[in-house]
Amino acid sequence: MSAADRALERVVREEWGRLVALLLAGFRRLDLVEDALGDAVEAANRTWPADGVPANPAGWLMTAAKRRVIDRLRTEDVAARKQPLLLTDAQRHQEVVRTMADSGSLVEDDVLRLVLMCAHPALAPESAGALSLRLVLGVPTADIARLFLVPEPTMAARITRAKKRIVGAGIPFAVPDASVLPERLDVVAQTAYLAFTAGYSPGTGPDLLRAELSGEAIRLVRVVLGLRPDEPALVALLALMLLQHSRRDARTRDGRLVLLADQDRTRWHHDEVAEATGLLGSRCLSGPVTPLTAAYVLQARIAAEHATVATPEETRWDRVVHLYDLLLQVAPSPGARLARAVAVAEDRGTAVGLAALEGLEVPESHRPAAVRAELLSRAGDTDAARAAYDQAIAACRNDVERAFLLAQRDAL
Amino acid sequence: MKYLVLLIGDGELPPWSEHSEQEQAEVMRRFEAFDAACRDRDGVEILAGEALAGPDHATTIRTRGGSTVLTEGPYAEAVEQMGGFYLVEAPDLDVLVELLRILPPYDMQVSPAVDPY
Repeated sequence: MSAADRALERVVREEWGRLVALLLAGFRRLDLVEDALGDAVEAANRTWPADGVPANPAGWLMTAAKRRVIDRLRTEDVAARKQPLLLTDAQRHQEVVRTMADSGSLVEDDVLRLVLMCAHPALAPESAGALSLRLVLGVPTADIARLFLVPEPTMAARITRAKKRIVGAGIPFAVPDASVLPERLDVVAQTAYLAFTAGYSPGTGPDLLRAELSGEAIRLVRVVLGLRPDEPALVALLALMLLQHSRRDARTRDGRLVLLADQDRTRWHHDEVAEATGLLGSRCLSGPVTPLTAAYVLQARIAAEHATVATPEETRWDRVVHLYDLLLQVAPSPGARLARAVAVAEDRGTAVGLAALEGLEVPESHRPAAVRAELLSRAGDTDAARAAYDQAIAACRNDVERAFLLAQRDAL
Repeated sequence: MKYLVLLIGDGELPPWSEHSEQEQAEVMRRFEAFDAACRDRDGVEILAGEALAGPDHATTIRTRGGSTVLTEGPYAEAVEQMGGFYLVEAPDLDVLVELLRILPPYDMQVSPAVDPY
């Protein structure tokens, strides 16, 4: 890769959201901005290798993209077409339309407007996630499609539809009133976490995890934290994501699933574990927090119990069970009850674990049956274990996990 | 933008007929507070708003194969409880939602009107 390629890749990766935000603030044309920026990147791809990398690469892209937008607007003027405009708070307060800031002075607030617009509660969560990755981070549509396990044209259509809905429903490019900003940032956190888990533990498909794409959701949280450094939900979520992400290289071996207890812990990313435990000690998490933040903190502390011991035998299962008890108070879910049952089995024995599984169902999930099978097998009840494995295998939609369950059943 | 706000269901509130006098007064107070907040807000105006008669008095009109058929009752179960509507001019969805929180916590549907220009 040449110096020009590297410079371009870097500026696209680091400045995409700011460039989109500035163009939107200037032109309010959500339908034009992304294409114009894409064209600018293409032009840079052609000219930088020959002409050299400009002194201000972001400024160069900005100027080129602005020119594209203005060209398009002129063409439209000729055709006398009026396109619906994005609503901005500049318009809301009936201020004079602001002159375009030069890319030398990138306005942080515009990026926050962009994030809040993309992760708006009036958008379907998956659309919000896809749009955030596309507009804030510039993740290619093909990669977003892969993350959410849909064909690329489907994802492209979904993103286009979301952009139209933003304009049509009157979702503003604005930072809302301080009284609702925290709950809007909670929605940003939920959006980022949805995008993260889409890559971390997909329900279907051939890959167990698409770690590099989950990493993009972490980047989204970092961008927002850069703008709102002490936002409790985002700090807690980043800790949780980092802890889960730190195990990515150890979760599979030769395409097969490796359980937590069997993972090679030297392959965990301990720098990320350290960052996460540092985040969990943040002052902003020491006071009263929202239920969403509390749920992230508790899940992160559970993950940290695993991440900070050298061997599985050292795991403090009593503490893990206690944390799950707290989590179930804050955010009861069948998934958390299932995980608690696993921890109970480790801490207090197989029989108590099986009792904790009693009556537990997770809709559309093979996991309760898989856990029951494992515990029955430990208890020596081979027939019942085989039946439970059969049930789990029938319900499992992930190829790697199904292969694992088949191997477990056949080893009974 | 112009938005049609449909007050479509009682949500967690008991039906109006089961409200005590005090509860009815509280609901009325919230409607008045909404009116006042819209008046005070720049760029916001209530263009129309009415309470609607119950589903018993609704008529559904369908045209099929060129003939118009009237049936008794609302169009769909979802709108059976629809109690009223507002037509509101508001700068954007966020401002509108902020103001609608002042109303009693009904289930609502918000549809932007198409700008013909």
